Amino acid sequence: MNYLYHLYIEFLQKYGIPKLAGDITFYIIPFCIIAAVLLVVVLILVLAERKLLGFFTQRKGPNRVGLWGILQTLADAFKLLFKENITPQNADKFLFNLAPILVFVPVMTVLGIIPYSSEFTFVNTSTNIILYLVLAMFPVLSIFLGGWASNNKYSLMGAMRAVAQVLSYEVPMTFVILSIVVLASSMNLTDITLAQYSRFGITGWFGIPCFIGFAIMFICIIAELNRCPFDLPEAESELICGYNTEYSGMRFAVFYLSEYAMLFANSIFLSILFLGGYLSPFGGYLSHMIWRDTQIANILVYFEQAFWLFLKSGLIIFCIIWVRATLPRLASFDLLKFSWKWLLPISVINFFIISVYKLGGAL
Amino acid sequence: MTMKTTLKLNLGPQHPSTHGVLRLILELTGEQITSCEPDVGYLHRGMEKMAEKMSYIQYLPTVDRIDYLAGFFYSELYIRTIEKALNIEIPEKAKKIRALLLELNRISSHLLWIGAFLMDLGAISPFFYAFREREMILRYFEKLTGQRMMYNYFVFGGVRHDIDFLEDIEEILNILPEKIKDYERIITDNPIFLTRTKNKGVLTQKTAINYAITGVNLRASGVNYDIRKSDYLYEEIDFNPVIMEDGDCWARYKARILEIKESLKIVKEVLEYLKKSEKLKQNLIKPIGIILPEGEYYSEIEAPRGLASCYIVSDGKENPYRLKWRTGSYYSVNLLRELLVGNYLNDAIAIAGSLDIILPEVDK
Repeated sequence: MNYLYHLYIEFLQKYGIPKLAGDITFYIIPFCIIAAVLLVVVLILVLAERKLLGFFTQRKGPNRVGLWGILQTLADAFKLLFKENITPQNADKFLFNLAPILVFVPVMTVLGIIPYSSEFTFVNTSTNIILYLVLAMFPVLSIFLGGWASNNKYSLMGAMRAVAQVLSYEVPMTFVILSIVVLASSMNLTDITLAQYSRFGITGWFGIPCFIGFAIMFICIIAELNRCPFDLPEAESELICGYNTEYSGMRFAVFYLSEYAMLFANSIFLSILFLGGYLSPFGGYLSHMIWRDTQIANILVYFEQAFWLFLKSGLIIFCIIWVRATLPRLASFDLLKFSWKWLLPISVINFFIISVYKLGGAL
Repeated sequence: MTMKTTLKLNLGPQHPSTHGVLRLILELTGEQITSCEPDVGYLHRGMEKMAEKMSYIQYLPTVDRIDYLAGFFYSELYIRTIEKALNIEIPEKAKKIRALLLELNRISSHLLWIGAFLMDLGAISPFFYAFREREMILRYFEKLTGQRMMYNYFVFGGVRHDIDFLEDIEEILNILPEKIKDYERIITDNPIFLTRTKNKGVLTQKTAINYAITGVNLRASGVNYDIRKSDYLYEEIDFNPVIMEDGDCWARYKARILEIKESLKIVKEVLEYLKKSEKLKQNLIKPIGIILPEGEYYSEIEAPRGLASCYIVSDGKENPYRLKWRTGSYYSVNLLRELLVGNYLNDAIAIAGSLDIILPEVDK
């Protein structure tokens, strides 16, 4: 980040803009970039999910708007934008409107703490991983708020389920993250990424010693995203649409958007923890291999790092969508049982194994 | 001191898994159901009253609509009752054609149920897979009768015209068993599916008989009662009724899968006969101005959703004095009162789905 900061200040000073202005604006720019990228990513993700589900279920998926249905999501977004916003008569109007606003705050922040490449982390603190845990849990608050404020029985039930689910899946997830912290001896995401470096690429990834943790984390992330088979809070065939039953128009779109943004953020997080983040799977970076030590290679390597990260998270997203196409939904009690009776003990065992492994490595 | 309050929940009529026409008034403690009160009638079309104002032939096209997923059955049932009243014998080939179409229709109906049931459980893919196979059958029906759902193909004394496109049925027979294996691979042994259906909504033999449940739901509870065994259409056809012991949702699912396989066997057998047989010769009676002799007429059939029967009281006029339908789903809806109590809301959807309730059949 320092590199970019100096580059930016240098660029401003070339045009005679004082350093103070640069200091202030530098921290705003990243969030503008995030907001812009986020929208594009969500548009792509929604389309990708629909196309993939179509593929899995022998349909064509959207294919009318634009070439191969590329503009379908955009058309849907516009439709939602121009739809009437209905607030139920007996709803708590303030909280009802607050929920979709609140749901977006953690999403934006979460994407700010991710190291996209070695020089591209907007908020780089020494305990990024804790920050992530807190922020990833945050959307459930607005889900609960929305469900409660809707004054609808289905919404309320969906909201309660969401809270129970996220609370119970947060615990095994924390244990897995702890084992990663033990492995990397750091709570900083960049350090965790770098700790996975090895000359042979894949062999250094934490996904190999901590494969149990990877499986648990994968399950927990699906549960935290409220996606199938853990989509109880918005179980269509039971609770109509769960917490967002009463939401319409843009407010619904915001919930929808944040869901996909969280999917994106969580899959990136998973690939940082277990799949080596922005590191290349071949050990060395391709741009270094091709262009050697030239200036182009030094710049291109940042993009290559981002590319690897996006590719890994893309694979995880593909698997999540695949799971959705395959499995039926769990019942709410089985879901809690599964977390407390299976995932939690296994994650503790995993933590133990990893600690011994780390100790053995140190000896 | 503990305070106990219950939550009254209207499940439907605007609810995705009640298909817009069933209302269940549930009383919940937490998510546990303490009482269930089905409210039907949102799709009532006055099928029985309509019959009293129409002549027998006028009423014929409407009976397909009693159960739009198994139109052939009700058409056959109505025609069978009238043939019985007028002592009409239908030719052997027409019998076989009817049996073939009924079984194909049963398969398509069960396929739709598998899709809808898995949809209720939250799995999306099986729905599309089942519809893909159902489409083959519906395409064939369209080719043969000109209609996908409301066939109006059976007529008094036989069928409208001779059967054709037998190669299409052969194709169905080739493809479907493979696809059913695929379903079983994705559904039957899926641990989530097992936990959601095993020991859920157990219907004991006694309850089933007390609530007059028939069809697959009854046979899945271990009662050997298949009216097809004494049906004149199936006289020379060899088949075994599917009996399951457990009576839970899983047994009902498995029974339907096995029943599809059994129906395929019947279709295969009849197809062999039809291939060898000569052109259909039938003496259709003049349908306009049919008058049933004064009296009461009753006949029954094993429809996909249980025993269906038709009861006609005639006073010797052009239209029936009273016509009564007995449909399987109507009794299944009533069963929900008993079966849902004590279950949790998300199991309730699975249980209600497993009974294969089709609302047009309930409301008539």
